[in-house]
Amino acid sequence: MTTFPIEKIREDFPILKEKIGNNPLVYLDNAATCQKPQAVIDSISHLYMHEYANVHRGVHTLSVKATDRYEGAREKVKNFINATSTKEIIFVKGTTEAINLIAQSFGKTNIKAGDEILITAMEHHSNIVPWQILCKETGAVLKVAPINLQGELIFAEFEHLISDKTKLVSVVHMSNALGTINPVKAIIAAAKAKNIAVLLDGAQAIPHISVDVQALDCDFYAFSGHKLYAPSGIGVLYGKQALLEAMPPYQSGGDMIRKVTFEATEYNGLPYKFEAGTPSIADVVGLGAAIDYLTAIGMDNIAAYEAELLDYATEKAKGIAALKIIGEAKDKGAILSFVLDKIHPHDIGTMLDSLGIAVRAGHHCAMPVMDFFEVPATARASFAIYNSKQEIDVLMNGIEQLIEVFG
Amino acid sequence: MFDDLRDLYQEVIFDHNRNPRNFRVMKNPDREVEGFNPLCGDRLTLFLKFQGGEISDVSFQGSGCAISTASVSLMTEIVKGKTENEAEELFQQFHAMTTGKDDQIDLEAIGKLAVLAGVREYPARVKCATLAWHTLDAALKNEEKSISTE
Ligand SMILES: Cc1ncc(COP(=O)(O)O)c(C=O)c1O
Repeated sequence: MTTFPIEKIREDFPILKEKIGNNPLVYLDNAATCQKPQAVIDSISHLYMHEYANVHRGVHTLSVKATDRYEGAREKVKNFINATSTKEIIFVKGTTEAINLIAQSFGKTNIKAGDEILITAMEHHSNIVPWQILCKETGAVLKVAPINLQGELIFAEFEHLISDKTKLVSVVHMSNALGTINPVKAIIAAAKAKNIAVLLDGAQAIPHISVDVQALDCDFYAFSGHKLYAPSGIGVLYGKQALLEAMPPYQSGGDMIRKVTFEATEYNGLPYKFEAGTPSIADVVGLGAAIDYLTAIGMDNIAAYEAELLDYATEKAKGIAALKIIGEAKDKGAILSFVLDKIHPHDIGTMLDSLGIAVRAGHHCAMPVMDFFEVPATARASFAIYNSKQEIDVLMNGIEQLIEVFG
Repeated sequence: MFDDLRDLYQEVIFDHNRNPRNFRVMKNPDREVEGFNPLCGDRLTLFLKFQGGEISDVSFQGSGCAISTASVSLMTEIVKGKTENEAEELFQQFHAMTTGKDDQIDLEAIGKLAVLAGVREYPARVKCATLAWHTLDAALKNEEKSISTE
């Protein structure tokens, strides 16, 4: 690999020039949301300044241009995750809405009393609560595959929990609280052997790993734009065409219909059947620009660079006696969750902020994970393409200082 | 380093965080209430005993950040020996202080609690300081077994 163009990349993100108080910003809260490159910001202003109108509605020039941009972004998403067709790319608000869509549309038609839904013990609340609600509504049962103290899925237990009643396996691709990358190929193979549908929560994986939905052979894949250097308010649900065809609409209104009379409505085809109402047009265009930006750098280069960052940070963290890393999976993405002896994560967060360092302190919407590790919360540094080793030095130095102050 | 934080993390706060006062389980309390801050996972249990219309004993258990631990520790010190009305009045004062309503504060009554005034500059941390007092408030009103800052 040629050296990663970190200096050039940092130049592409205007917010990195901000100061927090007197300190340069060290933004390490990328798992919550990441910053936007100029190319994404420009794509949105360009649309609003030159090409904006509603999509799929008008014969006038601007509407045609806006529709081209919007559908062009769908094509980019399709290529980015290697879907077979743009019909399989549904624009939603984000991962949360994508999972809710599956629960309400696929779930209600395919899951009945006594059936089982299988998740893991490291899921984000958004991959727990929709299933709890569905289970309440249908009488289905939620099963949870356990994790070990490294924060890895115990695969044998997972396999053991797959039964004749399992109708859906919904698993996080990469954990936001631990960084663990799940063995999704093996998970999918185990489910496919019993003809069970698989949904992957790709919210964290998508910015770090090159994702090929055909190679994975998952049925559904959900992710959010805002964690992929794109605007918030936009996300993607990928679904295999045959499954999506068979599913009823999730919301109803304009755009999702072919023909309406007061007696009956004929639904529009894919993907529009699931896109009721005026979509978040500019955000979709921004997502397309983010994908272009990342593709130019190369997802494999990104994965290699971030692995280097994580190794560097992990090694430094291990040199701090009072620090305990939460989540030490063998296969791990660029997330360092940790606790400090006798110092609460909230205090760590405030102290580091005063040095310009943004980390997350809390339960990361994964309270069951916190319970498992018997901590109320963790501090989490999560890395992105624009982070440098020098920033990791600033972080580790800050941690050492605050340990001293608390002494 | 951390110069900007001197107003928030005063030495008294570190002291109470290291050595929280009245940090114990109480046998046969008259009231026992749990407080929870879902934002950061802080949990505390407050125990109270009354005698002759006064809070005769108060203690707590739980885990939280330095701000919340110091706040509950300081609170137990100041409310011991106070009547329920006096404790309620202190709660109002504390609330005014942490939300920046300076004109309503009686500095003498607040005493040592003044070290927590710095939180008002940190909106994300105000709840850490007020959790103890909301829990006490619920205990005095004998409302619920468990309260939450959300
Ligand atoms: C693993 C995981 N799943 C789901 C989500 C929810 O994503 P969003 O809030 O964008 O819908 C997140 C984001 O925090 C996440 O990290």
